[in-house]
Amino acid sequence: MRQIRLSGTGGQGLILAGIILAEAALLDGRLAVQSQSYGPEARGGSSKSEVLIDTDPIHYPKITLPDTVLAMSQEACDKYTGDLPENGLLITDSLFVARLPDRPVKNVFSLPITRTAKEQLGKVLFANIVALGALVKITGCVSAESLKKAVLARVPKGTETLNEKAISLGAELAAAGG
Amino acid sequence: MSKTLLMQGNKAVAEGAVAAGAEFFGGYPITPSTEIAEELSALLPTIGGTFIQMEDEIAGIGVALGASLTGKKVMTATSGPGFSLKQELIGYAALAEIPIVIVNVQRVGPSTGQPTAPAQGDVMQARWGTHGDHPIIVLTPASVPECFRLTVRAYELSEKYRTPVILLMDEIIGHMREKVQLPAYDSIPKPERKKPLGPPEEYRAYSGAQTDLVPPMAAFGQGRRWHVTGLIHDEYGFPDGSGKATQELLDRLFAKINNHLDDIVETEEYRLDDADFALVAYGGTARAAYAAVDLARAEGVKAGLLRPITIWPLAEKQLKALGGQVKHIIVAEMNRGQYVLEVERTVAGRCPVTLYAKCNNEAIAPAELLAALQKAKQHTGGA
Repeated sequence: MRQIRLSGTGGQGLILAGIILAEAALLDGRLAVQSQSYGPEARGGSSKSEVLIDTDPIHYPKITLPDTVLAMSQEACDKYTGDLPENGLLITDSLFVARLPDRPVKNVFSLPITRTAKEQLGKVLFANIVALGALVKITGCVSAESLKKAVLARVPKGTETLNEKAISLGAELAAAGG
Repeated sequence: MSKTLLMQGNKAVAEGAVAAGAEFFGGYPITPSTEIAEELSALLPTIGGTFIQMEDEIAGIGVALGASLTGKKVMTATSGPGFSLKQELIGYAALAEIPIVIVNVQRVGPSTGQPTAPAQGDVMQARWGTHGDHPIIVLTPASVPECFRLTVRAYELSEKYRTPVILLMDEIIGHMREKVQLPAYDSIPKPERKKPLGPPEEYRAYSGAQTDLVPPMAAFGQGRRWHVTGLIHDEYGFPDGSGKATQELLDRLFAKINNHLDDIVETEEYRLDDADFALVAYGGTARAAYAAVDLARAEGVKAGLLRPITIWPLAEKQLKALGGQVKHIIVAEMNRGQYVLEVERTVAGRCPVTLYAKCNNEAIAPAELLAALQKAKQHTGGA
């Protein structure tokens, strides 16, 4: 079972990113559960979205041991990486996360996710899709085709081209390494 | 045509309401139930139904009861603070025998508590929150597909027994998304309340003459006169201050539910056949319990799960049988111990009953229940 945590600040679109990832898993013919936790604020405050992907039925809907954590804010990186095992994967947004966990994590990708969204697509709000592009490239947790399909099914009409671009920019960041 | 989707529990409730033929929602949005109102505000107008956001939760259930009296299937949805406000009218619906489905997506309480965190602290309130002796039916879904199915079921029971039915959810199930396969809605039989047949002048809205003790219910504005009141009433609905009327009405209200427990009470068993140790868990906590049973079995503990789906009326027959079968029952719930008291009372010493409780904003995890099962086995000594 894959156990993926997407974390950051409320308003960064991480709950939507989790939904898209889970929908991509269903498109791959697997099962997925998505859940989230957040504070009462509409924006700001820590936000996390969790996605479990498996071929067998998923009983417990929450992460018991993450294999991948995406941290899009320093607070999220401090708060939501404590249970990431040493051989886990940590992806951070280098614009916001300056301080990595002070315990060893083997695979760390510090990627300019939000900067890329802003500079190449003109809006920071594509950061969640850039992050998904990177995460799927690194983990292969869903197929690239299903990710694209799932993203396009969820985004507003007229933004399809930009969102497709966001996925490939994310994949390029990942390929360039961490 | 059926469709497969990733769907949130709250949305599945809204879809279930539409599938069952609900045409009216009155309420006031509150986390973590808000998506039910949000979805129905979009869905109901497309099928000729009505969505009204009222000034508060009391008015929300009030207008829904009014709409039900005109023959519509209705819903209101809320969370803890709103559920507290609705209690008086839940009693009114029970006494005046007005069908309604009331959804409570539980969050941490008391009072405003923790708006976005899960809890199961309203179990006793769902049973006894409104004053006075009254019967109630309460269903608890443990998955997104079950949110859909039990919403439809809630309408079936509510219409069939002319009673309020509470769909008692929790934040875990309300807000999680998983795969659901929705049937074509025209393939789902629309539950309908019994209609009066005789001459209008002989209509008695609260007659006890029916064998199932459920009187037919005329829709307001369709030619039959009756009176609706929260006072104890006679067969026509007019207040009757006599002790006889009180005794007879309350007896019938309880009997119309208690005579049909086999129809109403639903439980699920998971790996219980040869189990020595049983978990009893419902709603979001049941999800951890399935996983804990699998983990325990892998470690040689013969564990199983009894999951009440109808949480009220109590599954007394099933719990008694369980008490006679296993060596130990652990009730797991996200509160300080509510359902465990009823399980203890029902099992009545047939085996030890202990509580695994948690109320710190977090779901109970499978590893915690595994540890509780292992401890129970050690305590029993072998098996």
